[in-house]
Amino acid sequence: MSLPFLFEIGVEEIPDWMIPDALENLRLLFEKLEIPYESVTLDATPRRLVLRAEGLPARQADSQERVLGPAKSAPAQAVEGFARKQGVKPEDLAIEATPKGEYYSYVRKVPGRLTKDILAAALPGIILQIYFPKTMYWTGKNGPRFIRPIRWIVTVLGEEIVPFELAGVRSGASTSGHRRLGAKEIAVTPADYVARLRDHHVILSAEERRNRIRDGLAGVRVKPDPALLETLVYLTEYPTPIMGSFDPQFLELPEEVLITVMRHHQKYFSVEDAQGKLAPQFVAVMNIDADPEGIVRRGNERVLRARFNDARFFWETDQKKKLADRLPDLAHVTFQAKLGSYRAKTRRMMALVKELGGKTPAVRAARLSKCDLSTELVKEFTELQGVVGGLYARAQGERAEVWQAIYDHYKPESMEDAIPRNLAGRHVSLADKLDTLRGCFRVGMIPTGSRDPFGLRRAAQGVVRILVEGKIAVPLLDLLEGNQQLIAFFEDRVKFYFKEHRGFKYDEVNAAMAAGWSNLVDLEARLVRIQKLRPTPDFEPLAASFKRIRNILVQAGFTGGGAIDQSLLEPGPELELYEEFTKIAGQPIESVISKLRPRVDLFFDKVLVNAPDAGVRQNRLTLLHTLLAEFSTIADFSEIVTNS
Amino acid sequence: MQSFQEIIFKLKQYWADRGCIIQEPYDVEVGAGTMCPETFLRVLGPQPYRVAYVQPSRRPADGRYGDNPNRLYKHSQLQVILKPSPDDIMEQYLASLEAIGIDLRQHDIKFEEDNWEAPTLGAWGIGWQVMLDGLEITQFTYFQQCGGIDLDLVPAELTYGLERLTAFLQVKDSVYDIEWAKGFSYGDVRHREELQYSVYNFEMADIPTLWKLFGLHEGEAARLLGAYDPKSPDKRRFPILPAYDHVLKCSNLFNTLDSRGAISVTERVGVIQRVRKLAVGVAQAWLDQQLVQQEVAL
Repeated sequence: MSLPFLFEIGVEEIPDWMIPDALENLRLLFEKLEIPYESVTLDATPRRLVLRAEGLPARQADSQERVLGPAKSAPAQAVEGFARKQGVKPEDLAIEATPKGEYYSYVRKVPGRLTKDILAAALPGIILQIYFPKTMYWTGKNGPRFIRPIRWIVTVLGEEIVPFELAGVRSGASTSGHRRLGAKEIAVTPADYVARLRDHHVILSAEERRNRIRDGLAGVRVKPDPALLETLVYLTEYPTPIMGSFDPQFLELPEEVLITVMRHHQKYFSVEDAQGKLAPQFVAVMNIDADPEGIVRRGNERVLRARFNDARFFWETDQKKKLADRLPDLAHVTFQAKLGSYRAKTRRMMALVKELGGKTPAVRAARLSKCDLSTELVKEFTELQGVVGGLYARAQGERAEVWQAIYDHYKPESMEDAIPRNLAGRHVSLADKLDTLRGCFRVGMIPTGSRDPFGLRRAAQGVVRILVEGKIAVPLLDLLEGNQQLIAFFEDRVKFYFKEHRGFKYDEVNAAMAAGWSNLVDLEARLVRIQKLRPTPDFEPLAASFKRIRNILVQAGFTGGGAIDQSLLEPGPELELYEEFTKIAGQPIESVISKLRPRVDLFFDKVLVNAPDAGVRQNRLTLLHTLLAEFSTIADFSEIVTNS
Repeated sequence: MQSFQEIIFKLKQYWADRGCIIQEPYDVEVGAGTMCPETFLRVLGPQPYRVAYVQPSRRPADGRYGDNPNRLYKHSQLQVILKPSPDDIMEQYLASLEAIGIDLRQHDIKFEEDNWEAPTLGAWGIGWQVMLDGLEITQFTYFQQCGGIDLDLVPAELTYGLERLTAFLQVKDSVYDIEWAKGFSYGDVRHREELQYSVYNFEMADIPTLWKLFGLHEGEAARLLGAYDPKSPDKRRFPILPAYDHVLKCSNLFNTLDSRGAISVTERVGVIQRVRKLAVGVAQAWLDQQLVQQEVAL
């Protein structure tokens, strides 16, 4: 018999961003039970995590168990006793030969456990094992922990309740509807569950909620915001978008500020006009079916007006004190307890900008870069740090190069984000990030595993991207204060960047980096060359030969030095290789590889490096070493993984 | 239209009907209703408790000289503690909104993740900010730790922002236009206070004097905590509550010094630590004392 299974954990509102991972976790935990099923579906709203499966067996398959009894030579009494214990007659027993002799045995049928029993035993543990980043207890100290209090549990297999109790909640067949539009208790079966929820204003499917929001946005020029859309999908059980508007006078404020208020603080979509400029409108998503009298719309409009008024107040107040005059205030703003204030950080950044080759505008931008930390607007909207400084600098007449550099200096904030738009911004951003990295590593605040509270990985990744994509050819290693941990940290970031972000093969990256990686612009250029060389017919054989050369040199313990003695070169392949080499030395490998490769092949074919005569041997090693050194400035080709 | 004070009356009545003791505001300056002994200390230990009170909460750095329509140096919170939290706490909370005339069928309510934390008190909890048509009206927290101590019973703490709620209900864009009582606006009652405290906190508070006061209160609290003897048969008499008042004074002085821009980088973390140490000491001693009182009662 094949049964449907409905499992719903009813919870107080779960943080939206945790829900998709929790569902995936629930799926894995269910699969681990190894109960066969035909299909499984997972769904969630803020108040429920739901697993529905089809085609579960009512019980597990029967199995057999062989029970060994007394030896064949045992007294009849013992044999009867064994048979009785198994519930059979002695004549039903079999005789089995074992290495120890012949024994009575009986093959017992073990009926499969009821699926219901397995679930009843396992589900409480499964619920508590679902991973959440931060959990709580609510029934009292030492009580169960979950993301939020569990208020009901539905577990129906076929037509039966799978009974268990957790945190004082008995599992049953009764769910709960939308907080305001549905009933508190609704009897459900696996067959009518989704429809019953819908009757009570809960749309179970995230996809359907997403579409409902999208449909509501149709015809409105909404700024696309997939992340906000996901947030709203998991923040609502019955989402309904409504359109509101605000006084166009607020459009005098920078768009960045208005959008941040709408998006981060109010979770509204912002709207554009036909020219792509911000329109005095917004879309809010309610967790209710309709707003026939416009009450919710007017409420949201008032909240937004208050927020915008705040922002305007801050904007105007902040203008009363110029950015430059705020510098002394930074002495009171902590950068990090062990690393001093932002005033001190600013000084270090200015020095670093100069060290990086930054010109006057970059130094000016560095000087003003952190001054917005003392403004009201940034205290209110911390996510706008940098941007606000840039806007104020522009309003206060700083030249474009300077205000743009301040505006951009936290960029790139992710792998997808752009790097600062001008050179001054790149210099300031580099100085900021390098200063943070150097300081944190110096005082031992080094990321471990998934713990990276200061975002040092992102900072280092930003440094790498700016250096490469901004074509800033400074020696990175000279900027790392000889801190070995920091150097290793950067080495990982550089590898990650070229492999994962730029798609170079791992051995190409290893080969190119083995020839040096301090100058990342140069490294990138070499990687591009290797990538182009790689498909050419001579490349892999030559790389294999270079690996062979490397091994020979290592085995011989040869570390170079000395000049090639031409008189010791044997005419034939050895001399020809030498002559070819002297002709092509100094030329790029791309133009010589086709000439070099046959000479090297022939050399290895015909010449014994390990010659009996010590002088000849030494000379051959020198020849090979020179050859390797000449072409290893682009990459250590012995790192290339070849098939040959 | 319901006045500010009528809304307060109704909420107090609502929670009194659900078994809450109605307390008056605590008479020492605090930054939040949570810091009052009726919350900070009562949530500790195994004894159930229910209390509600309006607490003026002072945040010197939030003062705006009475110019800003939404920001106040001192605002009023209705603080409700239900220890332990009843299973239907969400329903009870939502019904309290209906009690002050919010028809939930016509409004949009969302519970958005917001975990509360007070490092100076060694306290934190899990919960939400409650959004009504996009306006944050309540902080809803399940307390987990207080004074660094895991709580035996998990209380629900509801903190209503009374000015916001009233401005919403009265449809006022400025807090100062709220009708406090018939014929009196919020501005009539409080504007002068906002202005003068902003001037004091931002411009005129004497920094050396405040530091001296901070040191005196800290010293007195520390002296008392140092004298507390958990083994003393008479420990029930010991003045832990007065010691806590001195800790609260320290906290408010710290906030004032901070708004005055007087706390330097190197000092800041250290000062928070000093206050936290005292708060944790008070919590532990108070819990220790409470356990004895239970034994005596048995």
